[in-house]
Amino acid sequence: MDAIVSKSISSINLSIYRYDPDSGKKPYMQDLSIDIPEGQDIMVLDLLNIAKEQDPSISFRRSCGEGVCGSDGMNINGKNGLGCITPLSEALKGNKIVLRPLPGLPVIKDLIVDMKQFVDQYKKIKPYLINDEEKPEKEIKQSVEEREKLDGLYECIMCGCCSTACPSFWWNPDKFLGPAALLQAHRFISDSRDTATEERLDQLEDAFSVFKCHGIMNCVSVCPKGLNPTKAINEIKKKLVKRAL
Amino acid sequence: MAMNGKGEELDASKLKVLEYDGIVVGGGGSGLMSSLQLAQSGFKTAVVSKVFPTRSHTVSAQGGITCAIQSADPDDDWRWHMYDTVKGSDFIGDQDSIEYMCQEGPKAVFELEHMGLPFSRTEEGKIYQRAFGGQSKDYGKGGQAERTCAAADRTGHALLHTLYQANLKAGTNFLSEWFAVDLVKNGDNQVVGVIAFEIETGEPYFLKSKATVLATGGAGRIYQTTSNAMINTGDGTGMVLRAGFPVQDMEMWQFHPTGIYGHGTLVTEGCRGEGGYLVNKDGERFMERYAPNYKDLASRDVVARSMMLEILEGRGCGPDADHVYLKLDHLGPEIVHKRLPGITELSKTFAHVDPVEHPIPVVPTCHYAMGGIPTNVHGQVLTQATDGTDNVVHGLYAAGEAACVSVHGGNRLGGNSLLDLIVFGRSAGLHIENALKEGITLSKASNDDIDQALVNLNRVNISSTGEDVANVKSELQKNMQLNFGVFRTGDLMEKGLVELENIREKTQNIHLTDKSSRFNTARVEALELLNLIEVAQATAVCANERKESRGAHARDDFQERDDDNWLKHSIYFADSKEVTKRDVNFRPKTVQAFQPIVRSY
Repeated sequence: MDAIVSKSISSINLSIYRYDPDSGKKPYMQDLSIDIPEGQDIMVLDLLNIAKEQDPSISFRRSCGEGVCGSDGMNINGKNGLGCITPLSEALKGNKIVLRPLPGLPVIKDLIVDMKQFVDQYKKIKPYLINDEEKPEKEIKQSVEEREKLDGLYECIMCGCCSTACPSFWWNPDKFLGPAALLQAHRFISDSRDTATEERLDQLEDAFSVFKCHGIMNCVSVCPKGLNPTKAINEIKKKLVKRAL
Repeated sequence: MAMNGKGEELDASKLKVLEYDGIVVGGGGSGLMSSLQLAQSGFKTAVVSKVFPTRSHTVSAQGGITCAIQSADPDDDWRWHMYDTVKGSDFIGDQDSIEYMCQEGPKAVFELEHMGLPFSRTEEGKIYQRAFGGQSKDYGKGGQAERTCAAADRTGHALLHTLYQANLKAGTNFLSEWFAVDLVKNGDNQVVGVIAFEIETGEPYFLKSKATVLATGGAGRIYQTTSNAMINTGDGTGMVLRAGFPVQDMEMWQFHPTGIYGHGTLVTEGCRGEGGYLVNKDGERFMERYAPNYKDLASRDVVARSMMLEILEGRGCGPDADHVYLKLDHLGPEIVHKRLPGITELSKTFAHVDPVEHPIPVVPTCHYAMGGIPTNVHGQVLTQATDGTDNVVHGLYAAGEAACVSVHGGNRLGGNSLLDLIVFGRSAGLHIENALKEGITLSKASNDDIDQALVNLNRVNISSTGEDVANVKSELQKNMQLNFGVFRTGDLMEKGLVELENIREKTQNIHLTDKSSRFNTARVEALELLNLIEVAQATAVCANERKESRGAHARDDFQERDDDNWLKHSIYFADSKEVTKRDVNFRPKTVQAFQPIVRSY
């Protein structure tokens, strides 16, 4: 394989956040020295899998291993990302890597956070198509241009990297919807087949849901799918302001 | 009482009980389609999923849903799709099921579009369809068809998220991050629910239900190199085999031609549908030699074998000559970025190659189980009586990759898996809905019946010494890769079978070192291994028994298809580890059956 030979490191110093509330112990950072195959640029998730062979009690979520399922959002050397598509060559500082759970959400165990707050905000925006008209026998027509408006919105994988990197979400996780949910809100507002645009905007009109976004843009810089929630949020803000005038 | 480090044994009296009209195990496409049907009809429905539903493997499907919706071609005909599917299956697909799938498909696809699935569009605003392998017009006589409905190259993601959203709207209960361990069977051999535990707390439950749907997906993790997610461990298959019910055609594993070399991650057949093609080290478009008509869009088994032959005969690429290249660079950035954006990302991440500039190194990767839990078109699980007749297992359904309603037979066509999910997920839901309306009466499970379903969990929980889970799993995967791969031969399989017996011994003696309650992923992995061994052994025994080459099952020692003896399904029970045969259905309701012909592309 034409794999990139990053550095000739064969041993990595992994520092990983450990916490099991049932153990009675406080959270701590566990330091492990992990041998990795030389000459291959493995991913952070591969490193974790090797670490788990050393210590099977290390806990993290994972599923697809290719950046589509959104299971393994974590904080890698201070930046949120997906373990399975972050290569060590990008993540390492020297030969050290620090892994912590996504910030701002309650920790269940080790790298596993409680996503309830995140999913609750998602549910609030009514994340499904609302169309009360009688359905045609075949598809509801949508032009290529109308469909293009969904690009950059529908691809969200709900990993939580964006919302948990957002200071506004840290402050008001119950009232500010957060970048992920707002991206979804805009996905449905933008869908030519959805007939509930006004209702959706009504629901977002308060001082918190959307307007607590201050354009810090952490969401944009961490999104592993290269999406731009800030842009979507601004679009929603524009629609709300325009409507108010 | 959560499971804990004290190694206490569980019994029926220590379980919490939750009761539902319908339980669906698995939160992928087929599971969410079944649950949606039930929840929309007002029945108390729960989806039990070991991951949050949108983490299920359906999310990885790229290319699309093959279905004759007459968008790209107004004259397209579901019968042509049926012909292609029967031929693709190498004639052991059940024709009543294939007929049902191809005929009902358009209804299901349009339903999904109405739910909001963001399909790509044509200039007329209709659903975009692309060419995929093994697709023809006019029963193979009218050239390549374009029949695969796509949302860019993220169709599975779009489908799964749409279904999750529709289920939220319908009020489905999600038991997310719950692990289903085993089926609970009453004295009448009926299934009355499952034993499961909430992973976060380690709390074990008896989930009682009038109908249980196994929608647990594939089991590609029996192989070392696979496109499958890490969660694809054949949990439903394991449960069914331990409950004494059979599985069907387990030797039939699809190796997808274009796995990214060194990683196994898939790049869609849609790449070739959009005009990409494979080349060997000489830059030769070798598929022209193997499949003069369909070339790179011959069916997957044919393309995967051709690639392996190129490699075995020394025409592979790279320093070890062990892969070939998928060329997309001639398509231009517009097509690649518009139609294959996800592929571009994957290729950059895992092959360090931008497909607009350079070809992608690829090699066949284990992708899909054509075999699984036998069902009829209503998703009802079937078992085989000693005289060979089919009997319905009351209370138990299966759908999607876990099931074998047998629409794929010996080889699945691209885009037919998503169609299978939605059509049969829906049909299982519909059947349960009607049965619930008419009233389902199953006799109660005794405490002994429940204890029986706790045996595996208890063994893992009280283990104090024994084998390391990761080591045993790795042995199993290596053995399957080496002895039951793309090309198979009797000697190697015999060797592999002996080895598997040893591995089974080890799995019966695994040691769970970490016995904590809270989000114990080590416990989950130990239980998954017990499912993997069931799937692996079923695969191995059936592969050795089927003494012919058909579809994805290619034997060096029996190179021809043998319709006299093997135009049959294989049926395998775990107790006897023996294989019996079952007739293939040649009785579609509205068309003439397609008779076996020589399969060429």
